[in-house]
Amino acid sequence: MTPQVSSSQIRKIILDQAKRANVGHIGSALSVADIIAALYFGVMTIPDPADSDRDRFILSKGHAALALYAAFFLKNWITSEMLDTYCSDDTFLPVHPERLLRGVDFGTGSLGMGISYAAGAALAAKMQNSKRRVFVLVSDAECNEGIVWEAAMFAVHHKISNLYVIIDLNGQQALGYTQDVLDTAPLGKKWEAFGWHVINVDGHSPEEIKNAIQLCEQEFTRPHALIARTTFGKGVSFMENKIKWHYWPMSMEEYRLALEDVERLS
Amino acid sequence: MRIAFVNALVELAKNDARILLLTSDLGYMVIEPFAEQYPDRFINVGVAEQNMVGVATGLADAGFVPFIYSITPFAVLRPFEFIRNGPVYHQLPVRIIGVGQGVEYGFNGNSHFGLEDVGVLRTQPGLTIIAPADDAQTKTAIEKTSSLTGPVYFRLSKDSFEIPELSRSFELGQVQQIGSGVDVLIISTGAITREVIQAAQLLSDQGLRSTILVIASIAPAPVSDLIKVLSAFKYAFTVESHYITGGIGSLVAEIVADHCLNVQVVRLGFEVLLNNALGNSAYLQAANGLSAEKIAFRIHKVLEESI
Repeated sequence: MTPQVSSSQIRKIILDQAKRANVGHIGSALSVADIIAALYFGVMTIPDPADSDRDRFILSKGHAALALYAAFFLKNWITSEMLDTYCSDDTFLPVHPERLLRGVDFGTGSLGMGISYAAGAALAAKMQNSKRRVFVLVSDAECNEGIVWEAAMFAVHHKISNLYVIIDLNGQQALGYTQDVLDTAPLGKKWEAFGWHVINVDGHSPEEIKNAIQLCEQEFTRPHALIARTTFGKGVSFMENKIKWHYWPMSMEEYRLALEDVERLS
Repeated sequence: MRIAFVNALVELAKNDARILLLTSDLGYMVIEPFAEQYPDRFINVGVAEQNMVGVATGLADAGFVPFIYSITPFAVLRPFEFIRNGPVYHQLPVRIIGVGQGVEYGFNGNSHFGLEDVGVLRTQPGLTIIAPADDAQTKTAIEKTSSLTGPVYFRLSKDSFEIPELSRSFELGQVQQIGSGVDVLIISTGAITREVIQAAQLLSDQGLRSTILVIASIAPAPVSDLIKVLSAFKYAFTVESHYITGGIGSLVAEIVADHCLNVQVVRLGFEVLLNNALGNSAYLQAANGLSAEKIAFRIHKVLEESI
């Protein structure tokens, strides 16, 4: 499966499951669909979720978990029956990822913590002389959290070059646009000022993400920040850049239109 | 105890390569023996307690046993949510070392006091909570918890001293008993046990013989040990360097209520905000009714009034 094929499948699963469960966070999940596709189907080495030397992934912006569950399904780590338990009672697939689901390296949901876990996990790999890498996906608004910068300083100081932070720069947060709520710009320059190896990428081009990460492999002294420019709600025209779709579930008609859009995109 | 802790850790680390020591830039003249002997296993993370817990979570997930060191409120309260979502939720062997029981940092003031750490952490399922009463018990507790797969919190005194009556003993889920007097039951935890032993002597001078139970294993709680002894007394006096809410006074009251025991719990500890004149640890304990003399006086008064 190529990342391109999988990102459209991820989008369709996001819509199907969000509709079935009647929950929101759709726009956030669509925003990261291509990043998740690039990582799981083009970048990370995970022969098995239990392999101790696998690459690690932490979805620090835990509210986009539906995109992650879609990738797990496409990797055959969870069955369609299990996927259909999303946000049902007795599920292992809640809104934010929990450790109890095979394949989830760290449970998240409280913004900012994932990057700190990731710094420790990547440092552990270095101390154990392992080649494994740690990827952590954070949102731009998540960079409001002080812990992001504590961890950023730590990772540079300890030259944790097997750590990859991918920032989903969609310019939106729960209650408004980031430039109106708490402006994070210029985000790339901030990461650079903290000493990170920064690359700007199109967050909707799995190929570009994959190539950028390959480029990072030649930088051995600094951790890497991929500033991935994205569109909130990407792929569904009426959701794109609309604050409403951070929380809102779809009506039947909206679901139908959204599916049409996503199919057109693929 | 903090010195005893580091010495015990240096020994333990000889045969356990998983052990790391992380500090958030505290521990001057304390942590050096470990840092010098194991420079590759020591990390000063800087003044960033939340990140220290997050990083320790990542390290523990990969098989390490990180001990994270700070002064009690910085080790527990600042990163509490990280402790909850990291080592507790993931059930990882992170060891949290909080230095300073109660008001030991005296002149440093309220920001440095550990008066609610036990209360806060006691809410967390699967978190072992240890409050040693002296150096030897610290060493024994560090050794006896080394194989636990979940997280552990150690509430340590910054002072070094021995309580010979404890004879180095520590067991998870058990109390240590000093004396077997039938007139007074005092339940204590941590360094303030020294005051309690003196208080018991003062009471003995007045003809009242005491049993002292020392709780070092706060979680798992020594439930059956406590039930056995509590039933034999009309009053149980709990003494702790902690707010009376949430600490061992609350723990004993919960056990009494849960098991319908016919004993009245009298909780001695800090009751008010310390926003008045400050002083050293002994001054603050005395000013809050927790010196040996005041403990003895308060116990005597309750018993006298009950007659």
